[in-house]
Amino acid sequence: MNINTTKIISLLFFIFSAFYLYTAYQIQVFAFDENAPFNARTFPIYLGYAGLFFSGLKLILPDPDTIKVEHKTLEYKKTGILILIAIIYGATILKVGYFLTTSLFLFASYYFLGERRWILMFLLSFPFVAAFMYLLHGILDIYLRDPFLKYIGVMG
Amino acid sequence: MIEGILIGLTTALTFQNIFMVMIGCFFGTIIGMLPGLGPMTAIALMIPITYGFDPATGLILMAGVYYGAVFGGSTSSILLNAPGVPGTVATSFDGYPMAQQGKAGKALAIAAWSSFAGGTLSAIYLLFMAPSLSKVSLSFRSPDYFALMILGLTAIAAFSSKGQFLKAMMMVVLGLMLASVGQDSLSDITRFTFNNMNLTDGISFVLVVMATFAMSEALTIILKRNDPTAAAKQVSLTELGSIKINKEERGKMYKTIPRSSVIGFLIGVLPGAGATIASFLAYGMERNLVKDEEKEKFGKGSVNGLSAPETANNAACSGSFVPMLTLGIPGSGTTAVMLGALLGFGIQPGPRLYMTNPEIFWSVIMSMYIGMVILLILNLPLIPYIARILAVPKNYLIPLILFFSITGIYVMSFNNFDIYLMIGIAVVATFLRLYDFPMPPLILAFVLGGLMEENLRRSLLLSNGSWEFLWDRTLTVCILVTTILIVLWHIYKTLTKKKS
Repeated sequence: MNINTTKIISLLFFIFSAFYLYTAYQIQVFAFDENAPFNARTFPIYLGYAGLFFSGLKLILPDPDTIKVEHKTLEYKKTGILILIAIIYGATILKVGYFLTTSLFLFASYYFLGERRWILMFLLSFPFVAAFMYLLHGILDIYLRDPFLKYIGVMG
Repeated sequence: MIEGILIGLTTALTFQNIFMVMIGCFFGTIIGMLPGLGPMTAIALMIPITYGFDPATGLILMAGVYYGAVFGGSTSSILLNAPGVPGTVATSFDGYPMAQQGKAGKALAIAAWSSFAGGTLSAIYLLFMAPSLSKVSLSFRSPDYFALMILGLTAIAAFSSKGQFLKAMMMVVLGLMLASVGQDSLSDITRFTFNNMNLTDGISFVLVVMATFAMSEALTIILKRNDPTAAAKQVSLTELGSIKINKEERGKMYKTIPRSSVIGFLIGVLPGAGATIASFLAYGMERNLVKDEEKEKFGKGSVNGLSAPETANNAACSGSFVPMLTLGIPGSGTTAVMLGALLGFGIQPGPRLYMTNPEIFWSVIMSMYIGMVILLILNLPLIPYIARILAVPKNYLIPLILFFSITGIYVMSFNNFDIYLMIGIAVVATFLRLYDFPMPPLILAFVLGGLMEENLRRSLLLSNGSWEFLWDRTLTVCILVTTILIVLWHIYKTLTKKKS
């Protein structure tokens, strides 16, 4: 059997399906529902077996159209940084608020993607987010909790 | 039907809805021109905005984005041989050679008129077919619906997998698994939440769409060092030439458009098939039907060769609304996204939509006519200007896509758990995309997961746990036989491909 990344993904999916199936069997159902033709665990159990079946087939059958990815040409660094910025954004948005975190998120993303036109970067982050926030908060009436703006007295 | 048309016109012709069609077509044309960003991304980014409107307006906006994206995709196909969406690949076969001969303006005009005619004709077919099918589908029972969903999922896996059927089926199962997270709809028992309160209500549909399309496509562009805006930069500099179509060319188009619109519409109606298959089939059919003299011009700038796929891909877009509006079962990934958005509005599309919400049903159909006119006005004279707007650097485009994705999720839940979940799903989706695991089957399965379980539950309870319901009714058997035929056809195709 030719081991390639697609096969490894299939193997991971097989393991995931097995775990899903195990968890499906652990779903607590009401006592009167235990022997019913259909209860909360029936469909997930079928799905677990379907996952095992398809990933198992993919593992066993030969794969003539192997996808080869040139990892050397991929931009892992910038992609990783963008993901990290997004995680930091998620971690800070509730504490700091929408305006500052979103503006910094945009500014940092432009910067790490290689942009250096500072004025444009600034205009497309802080004023842009302020305008968008006005659209959400002021026009569409979607409340955005913002401790930072509250602290500096912009928001009530 | 006349009453329905009037209801539809009244709703579609309000200032707000005409404005939404314009916005949708404009935004769709822009996204469609960017290779790598398809109509599903465009619609996904629009979903949070649509929740501020009534359902009819929301659906009109999304429909405008959909056919706008298919329409816009033809521009980069013709001018740069870089199709913006898969449905316009066949357009490049004759559109690009025509542009190379200095007839770019003419090629764009032929594409625009063909798309307009294809979209308008198919909207007429939809007008007549949808109400009839709605009435027929009232006789559908739970086993039929269950079988129809199996057919839809199998078909989308077969047609969207580029020969990787098993990968697509794995994505279907993954989509169904994601849909099973949260409370069981009947017993309220929580499943796969691992005692996390944030998962009790299940995973949001918008979150999955944003993660697997908008965010994942943005990450893929960075990862693969692609520049989707490069094409737009070139378009804005291209000399288009005259956009006039002469009498002889018009004569050729008159013959091509009706037949291509019929094939496009019918392919669009089929679950899983869509604009891509429709355009290739129409191209192939046209090549067989024209005279030998014209046949030789195919691939070298044939008017028929350009008109046929352009007519068919727009006709297929309207056709794909038929199963969604009448059966509540989307035929493609794009209409699955729209179905999910409608469910978010608390509206269940299906045979009864025609009676319970006629304004939605009819206004979407009527807005298609308005949309086609707007697209014609947009595509012909404004393309170079739209391309100039698009020529923004990738360094700004990608963060803005990420911004709209994350904000879209945050304003819906005000919860950072959803942001983490979205990032997690997007990272997995990006990795899977690298190895050609298709995402549309995952979305369709995620949308249909709840309905599928519900119909299986009803069927099994009615038959006391026996699987006889699968062959009790002729209709169920017919649908399942079609499913088996699709699988067998796919196996046959794979085997013959291996031999060759």
